[in-house]
Amino acid sequence: MKNFLFELKEGLSISYRAIKANKIRSALTAIGIFIGVTSVVLMSTAIKGIDNSFQNGISALGSDNLYIDKWKWFQDEEWWRTRNRKNLTMEDYEKYKEAARLPVAVAPSVWTVQTLKNGNITTESTILTGTTSDYLGTTNFTFSQGRFFSEVESRGARNVVVLGSDVAKILFPRDNAVGQSIKIKGQDFRVVGVLAEQGSFMLGSMNPDKQVYLPIGNVFKYFQSEHFRSVTIVARVANTAMVEKTVEEAQSIMRRVRGLSYHEEDDFSINQQSGLTKIYDSTVGVIQIVGLIITGLALFVGAIGIMNIMFVSVKERTKEIGIRKAIGAKKRTILGQFITEAVVICLLGGFIGLIGAVILSKIVNQFLPTSFQADAVILAIGISLITGIISGFAPAYTAAKMDPVEALRYE
Amino acid sequence: MNIINIEHISKVYQVGTEEVHAIRDISLRIDKNEYVAIMGPSGSGKSTLMNMLGCLDTPTSGIYDFKGVNVSQMSDNDLAKVRNKEIGFVFQTFNLLPRSDALHNVELPLIYAGVPSQERKERAREALVNVGLEDRIHHKPNELSGGQRQRVAVARALVTRPAIILADEPTGNLDSKTGEDIMTLFNEIYLQGNTIILVTHEEYIAEHAARIIRIKDGLIERDEPVKNRYIPNGRKFTVNQ
Repeated sequence: MKNFLFELKEGLSISYRAIKANKIRSALTAIGIFIGVTSVVLMSTAIKGIDNSFQNGISALGSDNLYIDKWKWFQDEEWWRTRNRKNLTMEDYEKYKEAARLPVAVAPSVWTVQTLKNGNITTESTILTGTTSDYLGTTNFTFSQGRFFSEVESRGARNVVVLGSDVAKILFPRDNAVGQSIKIKGQDFRVVGVLAEQGSFMLGSMNPDKQVYLPIGNVFKYFQSEHFRSVTIVARVANTAMVEKTVEEAQSIMRRVRGLSYHEEDDFSINQQSGLTKIYDSTVGVIQIVGLIITGLALFVGAIGIMNIMFVSVKERTKEIGIRKAIGAKKRTILGQFITEAVVICLLGGFIGLIGAVILSKIVNQFLPTSFQADAVILAIGISLITGIISGFAPAYTAAKMDPVEALRYE
Repeated sequence: MNIINIEHISKVYQVGTEEVHAIRDISLRIDKNEYVAIMGPSGSGKSTLMNMLGCLDTPTSGIYDFKGVNVSQMSDNDLAKVRNKEIGFVFQTFNLLPRSDALHNVELPLIYAGVPSQERKERAREALVNVGLEDRIHHKPNELSGGQRQRVAVARALVTRPAIILADEPTGNLDSKTGEDIMTLFNEIYLQGNTIILVTHEEYIAEHAARIIRIKDGLIERDEPVKNRYIPNGRKFTVNQ
């Protein structure tokens, strides 16, 4: 151990002198590692950022919600089997809500796409979710202004809306939205609340930031006929451990509500967000792997650069290796010396790469969410350390196994 | 006391399909505090013998006893240990590390021996003072003259207090005046009780030693004491034996 520290110290001072003696060469080599480390770290912070954003979005929607629906989500091949099912109606919802004991909140929901107007400002193709005041209980929504619509407003199908943060920003770029009026299909609606940014662009159209919520009665009154729309029942499960039981309960209640006899198949589906997570994992997972492979290639090229330059260095310093061996350096010592040198160059590149990644992730954050955390520092240092050891090993090994007599004779 | 005891060693190199017998059959003994010169024309096997004596190479056959230990079958790492502890090399081309100052060059064998920093620096400084370089301690090799470089090399060879000093043409790259200074230094080292093996092809340099071994075609041609030992400082006197 004592010897190891000695040799490490000597290795470091040799590397310092060698790098100082070949400043340009070392700098150019380090650039390869710099680019590699920057891209790998940047990619990993971007992946982490996207992931965080997705998880935040999921939790804003309520991560353990059940969606009792006519359709089975995330399963394309069964579409033809589910299309002939009866719609779920508001009565079905009422009956389920009456009978269900396990969910902490139950709400119906239907959606429609409409154009919203505030004077001259319009938003095209905005998703309106019609629901009841109970819907709030199924989410983790927070508000930047105002509130969700009340039970009275909900039952009376008053003309009130709650805006998602992005929608509010477009319609009311300067003013306070709450208390103001907007027009949807010629009808006036009063804004009672604006959601705080819930946050996930990964959820696409499911992103609450881009939606508008209003009492469900309004949807049937102004936009869609109740008889042609199937209602989705949202049920919030008490906690993750209760998911299975709540699903079982929902299935038995719904079979009763729908009047199914024991030999008939379910004519409804109980969907969960885990389906969404699965889709996310499989698509984003592929993107992540491809991204890391591509950035990893940049690092690989950098590593080859180091290996190449270390081979040159070993060749150039054959005589020095001979001298050191004659004086008593063991194989291990020479091996360690050259690996140390490769590692020092890699760490130099890695450190600059880390700084580059910090700056770039700040810039990229303007377009894509990135999450820069302490583990990125460990990642950068770890990557450069391992790259140094791996790329330094082969040249160091050639140096270590040189014959001292031959090496001393080398000019 | 025997330091080196070589019995019937040979060394065969494979060059292409041909076998080259660099050393055919050599046996010799070298005692403590001997001053031996090894002479021979190029191709005589002199360098091979020196590499073997310096534990840089191992014989194809035969036994090499160094301080009572058989080193002829040792592993590379064990040989490195022996070189580090017991052998001080002085080369014709000095072989100093160009980017390190005199002190660090002299420290090097102590680093490999695992001597702590403080003690290492003291011993290296002392060795440099002993060869008369107290005012050149922090000079790099390219800031030193040839003679000074060779004295750094001598200090490096002595700093581990080795059993033998192995000098390969130590004056080959020096002018005659500076060469003489180095030979004076070797004489002093010899008189302090060290064992020196000098490899040279110059008769005049070899006569500084007390014994000359002449090699030819991989065999010892002659092995005899020097009658008129050449003592530096211009004095020549006969050693009584």
